[in-house]
Amino acid sequence: MTDGLFTEDVLSRFVEDEAALLDDGRYDEWLDLFAADGHYWVPLLGARQADPHTHNSIAYEDRLLLQLRIERLKNPRAHSQHPPSQGQHVLQRPRVVSVDPEAGVAVLRTPFLYVEARGERELLLTGRYRHTLVREAGVLRLQQKRVDLLQPERPLPAIQLFI
Amino acid sequence: MFDRYRGRPDAVRALVQDDRVHRDLYLSEELFALEREQFFAATWNYLGHASQVPNAGDYLTQDIAGRPLVMVRQPDGGLKVLYNRCAHKGTQLVSDPCGNTGKFFRCPYHAWTYRLDGAPLALPLKAGYGGTQLRQCESGRGMVTLANVVVYRDFVFVRLSEAGPSFEDYFGDVLQAIDNLVDRSPEGRLVVAGGAMRNIIHCNWKMYLENINDTVHPMSTHESATQAANQLWAGHGPDDPKPMAMEQILPFGAGYDFFDRMGGRVLANGHSVLGVNFSIHSNYAQVPEYEAAMTAAHGVERAADILQRSPQNAVLFPSLAAKGSPQAIRVIRPLAADRTLVEAWAFRPAGAPDLLFERSLTYNRLVFSPMSIVAHDDVALFESMQQGLRADGNEWISLHRDHRAGEADTPVQTVNGTNEILMRNQFRAWAHFMTQGMEAVA
Ligand code: FES
Ligand SMILES: [Fe+2]
Repeated sequence: MTDGLFTEDVLSRFVEDEAALLDDGRYDEWLDLFAADGHYWVPLLGARQADPHTHNSIAYEDRLLLQLRIERLKNPRAHSQHPPSQGQHVLQRPRVVSVDPEAGVAVLRTPFLYVEARGERELLLTGRYRHTLVREAGVLRLQQKRVDLLQPERPLPAIQLFI
Repeated sequence: MFDRYRGRPDAVRALVQDDRVHRDLYLSEELFALEREQFFAATWNYLGHASQVPNAGDYLTQDIAGRPLVMVRQPDGGLKVLYNRCAHKGTQLVSDPCGNTGKFFRCPYHAWTYRLDGAPLALPLKAGYGGTQLRQCESGRGMVTLANVVVYRDFVFVRLSEAGPSFEDYFGDVLQAIDNLVDRSPEGRLVVAGGAMRNIIHCNWKMYLENINDTVHPMSTHESATQAANQLWAGHGPDDPKPMAMEQILPFGAGYDFFDRMGGRVLANGHSVLGVNFSIHSNYAQVPEYEAAMTAAHGVERAADILQRSPQNAVLFPSLAAKGSPQAIRVIRPLAADRTLVEAWAFRPAGAPDLLFERSLTYNRLVFSPMSIVAHDDVALFESMQQGLRADGNEWISLHRDHRAGEADTPVQTVNGTNEILMRNQFRAWAHFMTQGMEAVA
């Protein structure tokens, strides 16, 4: 069954569009990319971390928590957003790690730079993404966006948006 | 520019008045240097947890007030704390945050070696030192050992200075906060697990510590997070089982009256307990299998007593803040007058179900992570205060709420939960330990 969803082009375009929605602050549309049981995960050990339960994570959020975060950002009393933060993602071309069109699952690996700016400060983060995409009702959805930071255990200032 | 306070204990004391403090406390790099020399040297500071170094040769490095230290497990099971500095020329003997050094320390530069207790073991070209003064010199004595180290129920504290209060005199009753943490394990033992959340905050360390005792800010500071949570949870009844994250975030929105009634207690030397009656952690769902294990271990009454006690925060001044439930500690590490490292650690209580560890991890992630949902607003406001205080116009910070003349004469008292005495108490202790060893310059 090849419905054209699992070609390299379509898969990489998904990852690029996902980052663009974040940079444009279109968070509701971004959240819609997640599958019903989708998760956003920033492990505290980066690529070395096996699971989100035996060790802590900088973020490990289901749709409910992501929505909470997004609603908070919209709230005029989100003091940390006066002035607002701006994010910019710079991606390398995503590489397909594995693809199984029959099962409807693909995994991509994408090295990135992410800059978050607010007021006079800029924070640079780097690492690589691991997107797990699944077919849900005929379209691609994010089952997991995993963000493996370089040096996630080091002391970090506040990261206010989504990496 | 650097002698407004050095050698002037009266000038330092004058910064802390009965009901207000001077902005220099947060801004002055000279005071920060003096804090490192005097204040942090004379007080007892948290270094780490014994469960982080289970086996002989296991070590953990930690900088405390500018001193690079290494805590190391001894062959006899004891713990020693040494300066992480080679006696030859000062190379760091270990450079990872933690690890195992084997049976001895070996300097990577010229291969001098030391026993795990820091005593000198061997050095190359030994003959070359015959007839020299090395043995009589500091460098011949090995690694410098810290004399004042106390392991209290696996929590390791150090006092850097030779002089100062004993551990028991310094902490007194606030040690019950550690007892409560540990007693929540049916086996009476905690294991640090899950890693540390490490935050850099561009504010003075005292500002962070004050906020741990501040119950009037959540309503206004955390409005965005609690409104969003309420909005998402709307339509559910008060007793509907909540996802753990909701269970932990919603109570931040409690009103002034709630925080006032939770009560607070000040203790001598700057320590305090907030939420002596109840707290935002009191109503987490019960876990019957855990309660049964606690009752079997401690008896019905004692188990109930331990579990009912859920203070908002206990401050073991100046470096540690503890939450019995959800079993989390914050460690405050000042880096500069306007820069503070805060670490949050979670525990696995031995013999308790995984759910307790999950609570600890979830709480730290939601509230103390650099990507926290709750703390962004705190951090932004601390940084805003740090900026604002630089501005001329008013040199004083108000701590007047519920101040009563003569309150300082009663070192231990229980008060309403919104009383700023918890902060005044910290600053009085600060002035005391800053100046007690300070030589006045004539
Ligand atoms: S500095 Fe350590 S052996 Fe020379
Ligand atoms: Fe807060």
